[in-house]
Amino acid sequence: MVAAVGTRAPLRRTGIAWLFVAPFVVVFAVFWAGPLLVGLGMSFTDMRSTDVRDPLGVDLVGVRNYLRLFDDELMRKAAVNTLVFVVTALPLTLGLGLAAAVALNSGIARLPAVFFRLGYYLPYITSIIGIAVAWRFLLDPDAGPVNQLLAAVGVDGPSWLADETLALPVIIVMTAWRSFGFDMVILLAALQGIPKELYEAAEVDGAGRWERFRWVTVPMLRPALLFCTVYSSIGFTQFMEEPLVMTRGGPAGATTSASLAIYNQFGSGNFGYAGAAATVLFTVIAALAFLQFRLGRSR
Amino acid sequence: MTRRVWTYAGLAVGLVLVAFPFGWTLLASFKPEGEIRRDPPTFLPDQWTFGNYAGLFERTQMDQAFFNSTVVALAAVAGNLLFCSMVGYAFAKLPFRGRNVLFGLVLVQMMVPAIVVMIPQFVLIARFGLVNTFLGIILPTVVTPLGIFLMRQFIADIPDELVHAARVDGAREFRIFFQIVLPLCKPALATLGLITFFTSWNAFIWPAVVAQSEDMYTLPVALAIFNSAQATQYGLLIAGAVVVVLPILVIFLFLQRYFVQGTTFTGLK
Repeated sequence: MVAAVGTRAPLRRTGIAWLFVAPFVVVFAVFWAGPLLVGLGMSFTDMRSTDVRDPLGVDLVGVRNYLRLFDDELMRKAAVNTLVFVVTALPLTLGLGLAAAVALNSGIARLPAVFFRLGYYLPYITSIIGIAVAWRFLLDPDAGPVNQLLAAVGVDGPSWLADETLALPVIIVMTAWRSFGFDMVILLAALQGIPKELYEAAEVDGAGRWERFRWVTVPMLRPALLFCTVYSSIGFTQFMEEPLVMTRGGPAGATTSASLAIYNQFGSGNFGYAGAAATVLFTVIAALAFLQFRLGRSR
Repeated sequence: MTRRVWTYAGLAVGLVLVAFPFGWTLLASFKPEGEIRRDPPTFLPDQWTFGNYAGLFERTQMDQAFFNSTVVALAAVAGNLLFCSMVGYAFAKLPFRGRNVLFGLVLVQMMVPAIVVMIPQFVLIARFGLVNTFLGIILPTVVTPLGIFLMRQFIADIPDELVHAARVDGAREFRIFFQIVLPLCKPALATLGLITFFTSWNAFIWPAVVAQSEDMYTLPVALAIFNSAQATQYGLLIAGAVVVVLPILVIFLFLQRYFVQGTTFTGLK
């Protein structure tokens, strides 16, 4: 950083600098800050899609949209689904990523390591709709190979995505399968940055394999683990593409997430109500990120 | 030694689990519909066929969608390369009033869920008359927080002396940026270009909202709509999934170094 400590930047320089940041300022103001405020404002009105052409038809309704949220069976279900999704998919993804990173860093040869890393990272960069088509085919109750394999060993496979208790777990497993490569790459880079001397010193002190992992690796990985946790929890709290393309939120709302519920309200034209739900979601995400940073810093 | 063997075994099992959906689907795309549904299943196609691909391009405008996806992704790449490096340069090398506040706003944008701003964004795009246009699809992500972070990080590591020397010689900031800083940024630009390309290529919700007629669909939108219309025609659907996924996989295999670099960058910011 070249922050000019104590010196005030000359005005001309400031003017030029603002020219350089203008693209961000314009896009942020027009497409993010503006819409965020509009969304907030919208949430206190009864705006519907038909009001876009005639803004005069919009009435203020105070906090009625927010009150309605708590009485809405589907919204409550979506909130619970989102919570379940985050608290299960997050540790699963992080655990798989950590296991893969530790295995790749345990002194295996360079070429296989590159090969495995490449393979594990593939699902992360693959289009979700492509993945959904593949998984729906694999899990098809009749034509899918998973149930055919189960049948071969005498198990009558369920219809995974049509089952109210199984659909969400399938999406959780699919998400962990798809995302752990990202955590792996981050954690692997962090692992490679841990000085060898720390392990040698611990070994001299008589620390076993597990103790070295617990007392050297984990503390040294904390910043990377914190980053993965914050990044995933922001992403996972707003998950919607996965259920949208796998199950359309069904069966019977079993896989409807908070974001998907908002998306559906948008689809049915209830802009004001959707705005209220979106505002609540944003508040939760911002609070979550803030809390995690505080916890991560203070420990 | 046995530990080593177990590690390799574990990694190999993991790789099979990761690769299985890809491999099985790719092979199935070359089987006739009847063979796809056969029980017990075949691994390699008994009878190789391109019929699924032929049928797909006959029944949908996938070729148009392929073109649209390419245009949208390349435009997003061009925008991000230029704008993110400009903004990143200012944050890294130009002290100016309001810099810290502005950088805070970059952080804020990162945390705003897409769904939260989607409706007002759409109303705005509609007001601008940009519904069902490439510009409407591209504009909100023509400069992204992640890209700004990446470029700021990279440019901060360029020695100040280089920039100072040029300023002493009387060079204007834009000349310094284009002639000195940008040429030094090639590795970061490669990473940013690739990340932007695959993010844009895979983007699904926003393009689905903006694109309203079939000739404007991007690949994921076309496939998603075909998916909900043809939920049981696995042959065609699977071929569609391959068309969407394969370009990114091929690019990734050749340039994976830059992808991985980019992810690491994200984590170390």
